[in-house]
Amino acid sequence: MSKLPLEGVKVLDFTWVIAGPLITKCLADYGATVVRVESMARPCFLRVSGPFKDRVVGPDNTTYFAYFNPNKYSASLNLKKPVGLRTARKLADWADIIVDNYVPGKLAKLGLDYESVKKTNPDIIMLSTSGQGQSGPMAGIPMTGMILVALTGFMFFSGWPGEESTQPFGPVNDFITPSFGVPAILAALRHRKLTGEGQSIDLSQLEAGIQFLAPGILDYTVNDRQIGNVGNSSPDAAPHGVYPCADNRWCAIAVFSDNEWKSLCTALEHTEAADDPLFSTFPGRKRNEDELNKMVGQWTIRHTPEYIMLTLQRAGVQAGVVKNSRDVCEDPQLKARNHFWNMNHPVMEDCICFGEPSILSETPARLLRPSPCLGEHTEFVATEFLNMSGQELIELLSDES
Amino acid sequence: MNSLLDGIRVLDLTDDRGFLCGRILAEMGADVIKVEKPGGDPARNIGSFYHDENDPEKNLNWFAYNLNKRGITLDIASNDGWTIFLKLIKKSDIVIESFPAGYIQQLGLDYVVLKAMNPRIIMTSITPFGQTGPYRDFAASDIVVQAMSGYLHLCGDPGHPPVRISIPQAYLHACGEAAIATMMALYHRESSGEGQYVDVSAQQSIVRNTVNAVPLWLTYGEILERSGAFRVGLGKNLRARQTWACKDGFVNFLFVGGILASVAGSSGLTDWLEEEGISTDYKNRLKDFDISKFTQEEWEQMEAPVVKLFMKYTKQELFDEGNKRRVSICPVHSPEEVVNYPQLEARGFWTEIRHEELGAAIKYPGSCIRSTAMPAGQLRRAPLIGEHNVDVYHGELGLSEDEIARLKQLKII
Repeated sequence: MSKLPLEGVKVLDFTWVIAGPLITKCLADYGATVVRVESMARPCFLRVSGPFKDRVVGPDNTTYFAYFNPNKYSASLNLKKPVGLRTARKLADWADIIVDNYVPGKLAKLGLDYESVKKTNPDIIMLSTSGQGQSGPMAGIPMTGMILVALTGFMFFSGWPGEESTQPFGPVNDFITPSFGVPAILAALRHRKLTGEGQSIDLSQLEAGIQFLAPGILDYTVNDRQIGNVGNSSPDAAPHGVYPCADNRWCAIAVFSDNEWKSLCTALEHTEAADDPLFSTFPGRKRNEDELNKMVGQWTIRHTPEYIMLTLQRAGVQAGVVKNSRDVCEDPQLKARNHFWNMNHPVMEDCICFGEPSILSETPARLLRPSPCLGEHTEFVATEFLNMSGQELIELLSDES
Repeated sequence: MNSLLDGIRVLDLTDDRGFLCGRILAEMGADVIKVEKPGGDPARNIGSFYHDENDPEKNLNWFAYNLNKRGITLDIASNDGWTIFLKLIKKSDIVIESFPAGYIQQLGLDYVVLKAMNPRIIMTSITPFGQTGPYRDFAASDIVVQAMSGYLHLCGDPGHPPVRISIPQAYLHACGEAAIATMMALYHRESSGEGQYVDVSAQQSIVRNTVNAVPLWLTYGEILERSGAFRVGLGKNLRARQTWACKDGFVNFLFVGGILASVAGSSGLTDWLEEEGISTDYKNRLKDFDISKFTQEEWEQMEAPVVKLFMKYTKQELFDEGNKRRVSICPVHSPEEVVNYPQLEARGFWTEIRHEELGAAIKYPGSCIRSTAMPAGQLRRAPLIGEHNVDVYHGELGLSEDEIARLKQLKII
């Protein structure tokens, strides 16, 4: 097998929950050696969140944590004790890259911030990603993912006309942050290779999230307009939305041109509607959108979403099943592209992780190891990576971390 | 100080499904040349416009995601265009494209062809489902990709159909993944000397946004459903309120206990409720709770006093007081509130970019990548149609003015 791009690159991982761990997962999937520092006293939120294998609660028994953390080493260090802190500092000197998503200031208190680490490891690359960045009056406020979703404006752009905004699912910013964080780390690594220079990168998850709403923000700064709850309608397509199908399921359909509209009518055997002047042009379909959606819904509800998708795709119309988690696990496309990896976890045995969403022709990402048990590699990391031995090693391993 | 990607040239053939990838590289200093069809990219016609003037030079989506790029026009489907494009390939490092799978091959611009011209070239393709597999040729806009990834199923209220975020998101995630994978290939090239082909699937880019829905299905056989203002999937069948009404709008707040209580915590809330005289017996369970052990009824009893508390105050009052007490209560922001949020102002996030052609300056979200090794650099506005044709075709490829005029007349550029 070919060498992975990041083989030999050493990453010290001070992250938790999702945004930070996703960044280090990506680095690990492309070959980096990632040591995640964890704590028995304060385990990651995902370590204590379900689902748990056989419903037995425990940090090494959560398939949620395991899904997001393959390929990493876990070192359990109690940073409140001298030996734990000394070991963390040694790891900081060992590392090429440090990633942290703790509340700003926390690592500085421990002497593990960029300025401190740089004294002994001058070309270190450090990416710090917190909710609102490392500076500014709100920097020190602890944030959780869903709160950032509200603060960024995602909720404003989600909902139905005349009703309250609704919450899009999940901590959206957490999934956006790696889009900027990983490219920045890789650019920094390349820069270091060329110049020998390290750097510190400050990535605010709020600022990252706003990039994904930029057209809506510009509509306000330019046109003084704020359009929030528009349901599934689109300014460029009609019909556009999800339509009811048999068995209380749904199919998404998006029609961008008059030709596509004709194709849809023909494919669903409603040729009479294709020539109906109410709907034959895009402005007409937009003007009569409620009626249009109702009509299309009456056509789709008699079929399965799979039938609608396949029939419309064959006719050149964009359509897709609204898949639930079971459908996703059985999705033939995701299977064909090996999206999910079966990993053999030391405690849970069979365990699923997701692979990287891109395939590189020469150096595709690989999931080589399952997600670690909490502290599984403390001794390995101390002896193999840091050459610790004797009394210090005994002290570290006997410490209740 | 130079930018991180100085000297890296990117040819950006994408439409709106791929703009952001090049913008991320451009923000870090790469010379990204947006290659449009003569007359302009069709994606200049979708979404909103500057002052609602329906003009491809005034498209807000184009403005937002093509900052810092240069722009040329070129019909790569023509013979002359093909030849010129291959000349550009010799002087470039990266090509990004978002045509339907197979189209670039039909044009005779497969990766093999590009690599023969330049063994160091990296080519990144962004498609709905990737270059392989049974759905390879399916067409899919944002809402279709969101549906097929399992994400849309989870968005919205139980009483309505699933609802997307109305600013298209799926391809932005794909662009982020494309930027990651492209940078990975670029870094690899530093040691191997060779380029490679990068195949990005938008569907795969957002499957993980379903958080723990896949583990829940595989572990418990439970299918997570959309739950609107409520958080589900934390405790068994538990619906935990996340969006709460207050005096002048809505705030976001989630009870978290145990190890997270001190971080995003609910412990400060207990004292607050007590001071306001609206505490209940459930306060003790708030201090040290295990979400997996609550029944819905108990949960709602715990929520009841909080509903009362929040209705007494405005969004801003709750945010300020919460911050003092280390309780994470956050306003649900509108775009106006985002733009006026003091934290972003304090960090100098917003940037005014002058558009001479419009006789105006526009306020943009600035860069979110802030590095000590990179100047905080001024962002440049997105290119006009063919704005850099002369710079590139004459200045870099050495085409004569006559030749450029001829190509223009033939609508090749």
